[in-house]
Amino acid sequence: MPSLTINGKQITVDAGMTVLQACEAAGVEIPRFCYHDRLQIAGNCRMCLVEMEKAPKPIASCAMPAADGMVIRTDTPRVTKARNGVLEFLLINHPLDCPICDQGGECDLQDQTLGYGMDHSRYEENKRAVVDKDLGPLVSTHMTRCIHCTRCIRFATEIAGVEELGTLGRGEHMEIGTYVEKALSSELSGNMIDLCPVGALNSKPYAYTARSWELIRTEGIDAHDAVGANIRIDARGREVMRVLPRLNEDVNEEWISDKSRFAYDGLRRNRLDQPYVRRNGRLEPATWAEALGAVAERMRALGGARIAAIAGDMACTESMTALGDLFRALGSPHLDCRQDGAALPVGARAGYVFNSTIAGIEGADTCLLIGTNPRWEAALVNARLRKRYLGGGFHVFSVGPELDLTFPVERLGAGPETLGEIAAGTHRVAKALQGAKQPMLIVGQGALARPDGAAVLAAARRIAETCGMVRDGWNGFNVLHTAAARVGGMDVGFVPGQGGRDTAGILHGAGGRDLGLVYLLGADEIDMAQLGQAFVVYQGHHGDAGANRADVVLPGAAYTEKSATWVNTEGRPQAAPAAVAPPGDAREDWAIVRALSDTLGKPLPYDSLAQVRERMVRIAPWFARSGEVTPAAWAPFGTEGKLGAAPFRSPVTDFYMTNAICRASATMAECSELYMSGGKAATGTHG
Amino acid sequence: MSAGRAVAAAGDSATFAFTAENVTKANAIVAKYPQGKQQSALLPLLDLAQRQNGGWLPQAALDYVADFLTLARIRVYEVATFYTMFNLKPVGQHHVQVCTTTPCWLRGSDQVLEACRHHLGIGVGETTADGKFTLSEVECLAACVNAPVVWVGDDYYEDLDAASTVKLLDGLAAGKPPKAGPQVKRQTSAPANGAKTLVRKGV
Repeated sequence: MPSLTINGKQITVDAGMTVLQACEAAGVEIPRFCYHDRLQIAGNCRMCLVEMEKAPKPIASCAMPAADGMVIRTDTPRVTKARNGVLEFLLINHPLDCPICDQGGECDLQDQTLGYGMDHSRYEENKRAVVDKDLGPLVSTHMTRCIHCTRCIRFATEIAGVEELGTLGRGEHMEIGTYVEKALSSELSGNMIDLCPVGALNSKPYAYTARSWELIRTEGIDAHDAVGANIRIDARGREVMRVLPRLNEDVNEEWISDKSRFAYDGLRRNRLDQPYVRRNGRLEPATWAEALGAVAERMRALGGARIAAIAGDMACTESMTALGDLFRALGSPHLDCRQDGAALPVGARAGYVFNSTIAGIEGADTCLLIGTNPRWEAALVNARLRKRYLGGGFHVFSVGPELDLTFPVERLGAGPETLGEIAAGTHRVAKALQGAKQPMLIVGQGALARPDGAAVLAAARRIAETCGMVRDGWNGFNVLHTAAARVGGMDVGFVPGQGGRDTAGILHGAGGRDLGLVYLLGADEIDMAQLGQAFVVYQGHHGDAGANRADVVLPGAAYTEKSATWVNTEGRPQAAPAAVAPPGDAREDWAIVRALSDTLGKPLPYDSLAQVRERMVRIAPWFARSGEVTPAAWAPFGTEGKLGAAPFRSPVTDFYMTNAICRASATMAECSELYMSGGKAATGTHG
Repeated sequence: MSAGRAVAAAGDSATFAFTAENVTKANAIVAKYPQGKQQSALLPLLDLAQRQNGGWLPQAALDYVADFLTLARIRVYEVATFYTMFNLKPVGQHHVQVCTTTPCWLRGSDQVLEACRHHLGIGVGETTADGKFTLSEVECLAACVNAPVVWVGDDYYEDLDAASTVKLLDGLAAGKPPKAGPQVKRQTSAPANGAKTLVRKGV
């Protein structure tokens, strides 16, 4: 461990750290543009120059390994002058358009010029102008502002795994670009906007809509997939203006997927902002009292045995807790949060969560993917797998669809047949898994949401047990979810009770008139035609499939509009406050259920959000530890049985169109058309 | 021209592939590099492709070389746009590259360049109508001792003036270029007006 002196202060740092990192450890700020601690070192901006004893000239601290006995100074006139000079050079070609630049107010170049730059320019010549590039519908470019830090290139190459950006030309004529004009084919491309230290790469949908200092920032949790990425929701008034990532090393590091970042315009369109009741075949506006009264009347008339509820993919845990309690109080066991029909085991938590944790992927050395395409189902889990791959010595096998995960995957087969061979130990890969030190497997919903799902789950469990994936200190059995609501629903018991029907059973019962009322809590992705003549209540935030079929619509709040808890695929409960108010007469979802219970004369025993959360903790104690993963005990789950023949398919066929918010988003529609049409559509001249 | 974007050029063919002979050559070049470092063969392979394609590299050739070395295409575009010796637009049969950097300039490169312009009737960066000549201005060719210098094909023509430049161009047009090297009475880079050292015999 090298020990060095920084500004007269002695500090010992880990071997392999750079001088810049040592300075940070010593509490000394080093300005930088190209250096980023998650990207490889480039050393090309020269902003981090510091003085090192015995060195003839200032050194770039980001690229200099800290060594024993080094004497570093960052507070000398020479360093000040060096920073001054570097900034002067960087600003030679940088336009003075800060007042109209979206980066203004949160710009590294602006801040560092203020802190370390000169107060005037000596440059009188013409500035260089660079043609803007078309990088697709998400990232806008103002290439004249670019200072060539190459962070975007390194992000694309290393983190996103799409080698599409590069430095073209040389010297005065160097530009960042793709050469052949094309949209960035990455579902993580929005992160380049955050990485760009100047205003060269900006958010296209956010362009010129707000200034950063007029936004109210709220720390939220993303609900577009089951990763539970930590986000910051920037709002002005009642409108979400943009979504940015928030640092959480255990979950999303500092990245979010393009869906999490750009689908927010869907929050403004097609919203349910008042209750509706179907009269004479048409949905007509109604008051809350009328709507709740209509629902209560039906429920009372039918009785507990003939009503059922299905929770959708974005339902919050609070609302599922309340609705579950209400239905049980009414005597209905017909509840299910698995609208896709996945064979998630009730009660055996280890059988439905991502046990190794997302960060735990970095400790694995072999991975078996079963019926999953993590790149589309959970882009940040895929980014973590790629990060592990870049670390070396990581082998990934797949049973399921053809994949392009940005790292090599050995595809063993398409479906259950191969899985059966591995489970039986007759497949060669069983040996490889048994020989691995930290093997893991990831089962996707595509492998579980099928008639033989329970048998697939059992086969996966057998593989986990026979290949040493489950032992003290390591659990490599992982279920990858695609819905933010799923684990929370399982945790609070939004599942069929004694004699209760599951999703397929509910649909069947509704079609066959055994059930008279189906309560859809944001469930849009079921086959509405199967509901037959049943009375359908839809509680949710978008006028999507569910609301279209409904007889009563109860307008709820979207994930940005309510104080709510989501449990991510790891089983990590994360609570977030509301960033904005729901539109119109829409209300927080648990409160709607509470109001319905009042109308029914069976009031739920909680009057505040805090009390709902207390109830959640009583159901599942890990809700008391928000933000943490409580390891699940290994228990038997799955049902050994005959595996089907149909190949596994990923449930996500279009990354940009997975829920009602995405379907209402113009940005996502544009992306879907561009990226999911097989890449045939071109940018620039297109449309 | 913007280096940052591909420019579709006349004669830009959609496909490119090495000839059988060049595949053999390319494989021999790749084999020079250690296992796992095959991408180091990029520069010689681009050169090979450029020679095969009449002195310039269409995008199809860049893509072909990228695929040949299993490199990401952007990595090849980066290299091809960085080195000025790779031409990304079509050039004439003879690519006349006149050095105008300081030593050549001091020794009269202005007259050389003017002679080219006048004699060929084209400006810098242009190609004659018959497709025979392309005229370029280039930075130092590292032959300052024989300034001014013009580079055509694989040869340097040195110690030029307006008259010898015209002679060179006429020779190239006629298919009988003058001997490469100094165009004055001088052996390689030895002093033009006789030996200055090792003149005393028997030392």
